[in-house]
Amino acid sequence: MGRYVFRLPDVGEGTAEAEIAEWHVRAGDTVAEDQPLVSVMTDKATVDIESPTAGRVLSTTGAPGEKLAVGSDLVVLEVEGAGNAEGAAAEAAPRAAPAPPEPGPIAPKPEPVSSSVEVILPAPSIAAPRRAPPPGFATRPPGEKPSASPAIRRKARELGIELQFVAGTGPAGRITWEDLEAHIAAGGQTQAASAGLAEKHGVAEIKVIGLRRVIAERMQEAKRRIPHFSYIEEVDITALEDLRAHLNNQRRPDQPRLTLLPFLMRAIVKAVVAYPQINARFRDEEGVIERHEAVNIGIATQTPAGLVVPVVHHAEARDVWDCAAEVARLADAARQGKATRQELTGSTITITSLGTLGGVSTTPVINYPEVAIVGPNKIAERPVVRGGQIVIRKMMNLSSSFDHRVVDGVDAAEFIQRIRGLLEQPASIFVD
Amino acid sequence: MANALSAKVLVVGGGPGGYVAAIRAGQLGLDTILIEGDQLGGTCLIRGCIPSKAVIHAASAFHEMWQATNAGRFGISLPEPPALNFGDTIRWKDGIVRKLNGGVDALLKKAKVRVIKGWAVFSDAKTCAVETQDGPARVTAEHVILANGSEPVELPFLPFGGPVISSTEALSLPTVPRRLAVVGAGYIGLELGIAFRKLGSEVTIIEALDQILPLYDDKLVAPVKRWLDRAGVTVHLGAKALGVRETAEGYALIVGPPERGEIEVAADNILVTVGRRPRTWGWGLENMAVDMTGPFVKIDDQCRTAMKNVWAIGDLVGEPMLAHKASAQGEMVAEIISGKRRTFDPAAIPAVCFTEPEIVSAGLGPSEAKARALDIVTGIFPLAASGRAMTMGAGDDGGFIRVLARRTDRKVVGIQAVGAHVSELSGEFIHALEMGAVAEDIAGTIHVHPTLTEAFHEAALQSLGHAIHI
Repeated sequence: MGRYVFRLPDVGEGTAEAEIAEWHVRAGDTVAEDQPLVSVMTDKATVDIESPTAGRVLSTTGAPGEKLAVGSDLVVLEVEGAGNAEGAAAEAAPRAAPAPPEPGPIAPKPEPVSSSVEVILPAPSIAAPRRAPPPGFATRPPGEKPSASPAIRRKARELGIELQFVAGTGPAGRITWEDLEAHIAAGGQTQAASAGLAEKHGVAEIKVIGLRRVIAERMQEAKRRIPHFSYIEEVDITALEDLRAHLNNQRRPDQPRLTLLPFLMRAIVKAVVAYPQINARFRDEEGVIERHEAVNIGIATQTPAGLVVPVVHHAEARDVWDCAAEVARLADAARQGKATRQELTGSTITITSLGTLGGVSTTPVINYPEVAIVGPNKIAERPVVRGGQIVIRKMMNLSSSFDHRVVDGVDAAEFIQRIRGLLEQPASIFVD
Repeated sequence: MANALSAKVLVVGGGPGGYVAAIRAGQLGLDTILIEGDQLGGTCLIRGCIPSKAVIHAASAFHEMWQATNAGRFGISLPEPPALNFGDTIRWKDGIVRKLNGGVDALLKKAKVRVIKGWAVFSDAKTCAVETQDGPARVTAEHVILANGSEPVELPFLPFGGPVISSTEALSLPTVPRRLAVVGAGYIGLELGIAFRKLGSEVTIIEALDQILPLYDDKLVAPVKRWLDRAGVTVHLGAKALGVRETAEGYALIVGPPERGEIEVAADNILVTVGRRPRTWGWGLENMAVDMTGPFVKIDDQCRTAMKNVWAIGDLVGEPMLAHKASAQGEMVAEIISGKRRTFDPAAIPAVCFTEPEIVSAGLGPSEAKARALDIVTGIFPLAASGRAMTMGAGDDGGFIRVLARRTDRKVVGIQAVGAHVSELSGEFIHALEMGAVAEDIAGTIHVHPTLTEAFHEAALQSLGHAIHI
């Protein structure tokens, strides 16, 4: 038997560190080759890391939320054969690594460690992930009132905890103080109890980890580095909406339903030809602007975990149908957390749309190191003046932000006016 | 011009619901006014629980002495029958009531509650007019707690007055009636009927249903039936009081039903105890826009009515019409108003009948457990096997303690007892239920020897199949 030290592999180009998202194994578990050990998150994607070999987990390093450098020890396995750790035969310490204590009703019995045996494994600095207590309602027949003393019922009420959902470990499923505390510690659900207009004094501290931390860092970076300026213009999209409705009516079953987005993408593709400084990435520390021939459009997408920006690569080579299909595919992948690193990187300009929540105007934050972001606002019928007459038109605002270090105001305005022209005369999107 | 008063909390009714709500509200620093139309303490303290317990105690003491003159007991015999001065009994009882009434007043003062004597009549949900000694007053409040209580139900063909009395008058009679007819064999009728029997009245009980104490099961009621039988109390079941007529030597209660042949029960007083009804009229409830459920004010599990910031507690809101329920609700409502999170969610509300012998019930009885399709094990311990019961001369009244537990996990779901002095065990019973005890918890608790509580311990052991003393 030998000891195999598995180090955090390079999970993506240029990744120096990764954040532990979730452990799938604990010390003491037996794992098969290719069994997922842990999910780690880089600044772009969450990746499952699989076991390189079969064995038994001796220790794991890092708790969820903690960052590890690529190359640092991740998992120590006990394996058949010699393993890869020098001078560390596992036989020397056959039972030297008791599993870290896990919370639960039954106290762990650490196996005695003989004083003559050298403990060669460092104790994990972080306890194994807590296992949530088993759900209580499973042991309680439906409709039955949970059994708990009056003091515990009162405390639960004050905390807004429904005892129905608390596991009872006492006789006949009675809920003890410890059960209530374990429920709270495990992040047990609390519900607002109706108690009139009461003052509330609770403060929930939520650790900013994972995707939220990535978002926070990137937004901070963008706002700190980039002097934004925003430009908002209204667009008459009556003709575009007619065209869109027509195309949707005529589409083949294999074609996706068109939203406004693919038209806006195509308009951007056409507009940036004349304004290459806007389809760019600014490596500000090196003082280099990359002007890209490819138009890779990031699409800001809300997922259950937070904001991510999957990228439609080479929009210049896609028609509206293709753009629509790719947006739908990427949004789906992002929401399911399955977007690859490639699909999440490389954008040269970004579109941010809140759809029907689009509001009148927004001040979008640039997706650093890009230099421009465009956001359509909500579509609404408004009275406008055409030829001295008030007519009702479908109107939409376009809110955009630019990096004023490398994009001048006039260029930005002309760029947006160009897009406006394309959207107002949608046929011009399709002719060269 | 009426004197205008306002408060954060207005409590209507100074009974065990209202005064507790007011004290708790005062303790929590809420500006509180309590309006009471009669005397602080309410039905419970002035004309219910407390005075009846005093009369029952005096009656038992008299009865024991009377027995000692006839036969002698515990080696004690009296050379002549004891003399009863019922006026003194009533004065002694009134002294207790006065003391408690003054106590409530002092507690309210200490909690800085303003007490207004008078009858509140509401014009809208948050405004009432009161005629006080100092003239008319108009009271408005942010929150109103309705604790108006209940009053005895009157039978249309036996209106109160003359020989026909309610429990209130029965507790202040000038003399013990020679013959007493009791209409209604619920707990109030039986408690008072038994007390007057002990004081020497000839007692006849008329009950429309075919069982006395219909809320309790046969086994629990059997010792009371036996006592009534031995004491010579006549009980007419399935019988209806139809009216009263004056006779040469007093009155006669006409008892039917007519198709079974009417009989007449000679009586000096006719005590009507056919239930109590919530006091929902005569004070402007109809102007408050609250919802009703049957005769009661409708509330949720926090005692909120349909009208915002109007709360209702106690007898006004439904069964069981018991003082301790009203107090618990009153305390809770005051705490909710002060911003605490509370709901009314007792495991059970225990009840006691101060009959001879006494009955306690907490939680589910056998028929209720059956109705819920619970698989139950039952442990019963007879007080005849309790050394303590015997030494108090209380082992021969057929009493027992019964524990009902779920078969699967022995969780105790109900506890009942019948026997002399068992009312004082009710606290241990309800405590076990509230704490979610299993039979092993009671079996594993050392109970003091020699006390009646040992019988509870043994009943729990018996439900587990290994009682020691039977």
